[in-house]
Amino acid sequence: MPRWGMVIDLDKCFACQSCTAACRMENNTAVAGPDQAEMGRAVLWNEVLPFLEGEYPNVTATLLPRPCQHCDNPPCIKVCPVKATFLDEEGIVEVDYQRCIGCRMCTVACPYEIRYFNWYAPTWPEPLTAHLNPDPETAPRPAGVVEKCSFCIQRRRKAEQQALVEGRPFTATDYIPACVQTCTGHARYFGDLDDPNSLVSKLAHSPRAMRLLEELGTEPKVYYLKQG
Amino acid sequence: MHPYNPNEDLILKPVRKVGMADKFLWAVLGGILLLGIGLYIRQMVMGLGVTGLNRPVYWGVYITDFVFFIGLAHSGTFISAILRVAGQSWRAPLTRAAEAVTLFSLPFGVLAIITDMGRPDRVLNLLFYGRYQSALLWDVTAVGLYLLSSIVFMYLSLLPDIALMRDKLTDLPRWQHRMYEILAIGWQGSLAQFHRLEKTLDGMAIFMTMLVVTVHTVVSWVFGMSLQPGWHTALIGPFFLLGAILSGTCAVVIVLALLRKVYNLEKVLPLRLFNSLRKLLITFTLGWIYMIIAEYLTGAYGNTTEEMHVINSKFYGDFATLFWGMILLVFVVPLVIFLLKGKDNIGWMVFASILVNIGMWIERFIVIVPTEAFPRLLQHLGEGSYLPTYSEVIITISYFAGMALLYAIFTRLFPIIPIWETAEKTVEQMAAEAEAAGLAAPQAAPTDKSVPPVAVPGAAD
Repeated sequence: MPRWGMVIDLDKCFACQSCTAACRMENNTAVAGPDQAEMGRAVLWNEVLPFLEGEYPNVTATLLPRPCQHCDNPPCIKVCPVKATFLDEEGIVEVDYQRCIGCRMCTVACPYEIRYFNWYAPTWPEPLTAHLNPDPETAPRPAGVVEKCSFCIQRRRKAEQQALVEGRPFTATDYIPACVQTCTGHARYFGDLDDPNSLVSKLAHSPRAMRLLEELGTEPKVYYLKQG
Repeated sequence: MHPYNPNEDLILKPVRKVGMADKFLWAVLGGILLLGIGLYIRQMVMGLGVTGLNRPVYWGVYITDFVFFIGLAHSGTFISAILRVAGQSWRAPLTRAAEAVTLFSLPFGVLAIITDMGRPDRVLNLLFYGRYQSALLWDVTAVGLYLLSSIVFMYLSLLPDIALMRDKLTDLPRWQHRMYEILAIGWQGSLAQFHRLEKTLDGMAIFMTMLVVTVHTVVSWVFGMSLQPGWHTALIGPFFLLGAILSGTCAVVIVLALLRKVYNLEKVLPLRLFNSLRKLLITFTLGWIYMIIAEYLTGAYGNTTEEMHVINSKFYGDFATLFWGMILLVFVVPLVIFLLKGKDNIGWMVFASILVNIGMWIERFIVIVPTEAFPRLLQHLGEGSYLPTYSEVIITISYFAGMALLYAIFTRLFPIIPIWETAEKTVEQMAAEAEAAGLAAPQAAPTDKSVPPVAVPGAAD
């Protein structure tokens, strides 16, 4: 059974944010609008975070695309009182939107702040409504529940079905999330971390590899290759 | 048979007649409560977006209210259970007033957390799919058990007084008298019944003492069990507990002073009660500052980056006004008042208690919000900010109005001073006297008749 993971090469990423856009179109995340975004209510499952260090004229900027870290030891699932969020057998942290009670315990427990709450019922500006992903698994979430990056789990199902139709076994290379597919700089890699021959597993063992807030023991499955 | 209490008429006076002033008060409080309900319905329809909450400050005023009301609730149990276990007999006149604070603030704590839920319609999922790995379910269990046992504890200690009203207040409206008949469940006031009641209350007091410690510790663990800086400390449990008892005892001071004034209960609520509470409050304020020093010194001395963001924001940053205001309101000013002015002066005691409670609300807020505003990935995410909206403010006010409304109605239906616990002669003493008299006159037989082996419900009349 694969253990899905992602590697993001910060040397290759030039912060075009096409992953953010692709993620929105694939997963139907709501558009909060400028006022709400100003309040900190924008829903960006795949946000590109700016990290500025130093003072002028010696400034270094790191731009860090941040999907859900899909921790192997996720602080968010421990605190869910109703098991609405859970680690599935392939290592993806999922959310059951039908069960979530909206207590936001997971959102405050996640040290990466990657979990988003639906403050209102989701809305989109007119031209976007025609382009929503029709997949039932990405149906817009109702107001009052928590949502987050799922490594485009609907794509895994589709890839499995495709393999079945074509009469061949499903392999780890059949499935990639939208952000990986769209990445302009080919900075993202996705695959099975348990397969020692997979590209992600090799990159995850590179000396440049690091994970966010590793000291917390959350064991993220998203690796970054340091700039440099 | 009922214990002899010379102040019976005085204590029962508020029950006898409901005046226009009461109805006016109820209408005002009810109006505020309705306004809150209206705003809550609006929030349910539109979504939690009507609040000022955002990412990363996902929890705000509602969770603060939750912690605060559960804290207020600790007064009753502290005074009636812990002091009962400790054998402090001076507490007798104020037990019921304190228990009523518990009983009527707990539901608003529960309501506050339901108000905070994104999907209150799915609240039953907690029963269907509840998992005990989550600190929230510990909370549900602890608070639920606390509410249930407070109701039982309060009801048991009310029982002899309900029976007294059933027997003596026969001129009340029919429905009211009928209510006492039902609630008295055939209490006859026999010696055996009183013995059994005392034994049960003693046993329950021990259980309630354990609960009071557990409940507020568990409330704090909702925060303490997460990894966030400022929350993830072992002290958070005892700190919350001590704060709860402090704010709860101050609430009792306020309530007692009001009752004393409005219902002219000076005789049964003497000044010395306030002096006893004053001593307790001095201890608690000092204990509170001890906790503050222990917590912040440890955090600041350790000087880790994440902790320091939170601590600096409280000491010098965005939350400095609230933080230092809290120290003034909970510690400095009240301690000075308690020490120098509080003795034999109810006005000053009430003033200081109000300050403490305002300060304690701020304390709950200052524990919750700064930690959220300074997440671990601060340099990536930026600092969070939070400003409550009018919805949150009015809903919070409506909780207080609701609590006051329930309390006001309660004082008009039940004696707020326990008549049997403050009695001059217990049933036992009266029986002994009757026996002594019975040697001379054998017609004192009814005493024996009122000691059936088993209390039969409904066999009262």
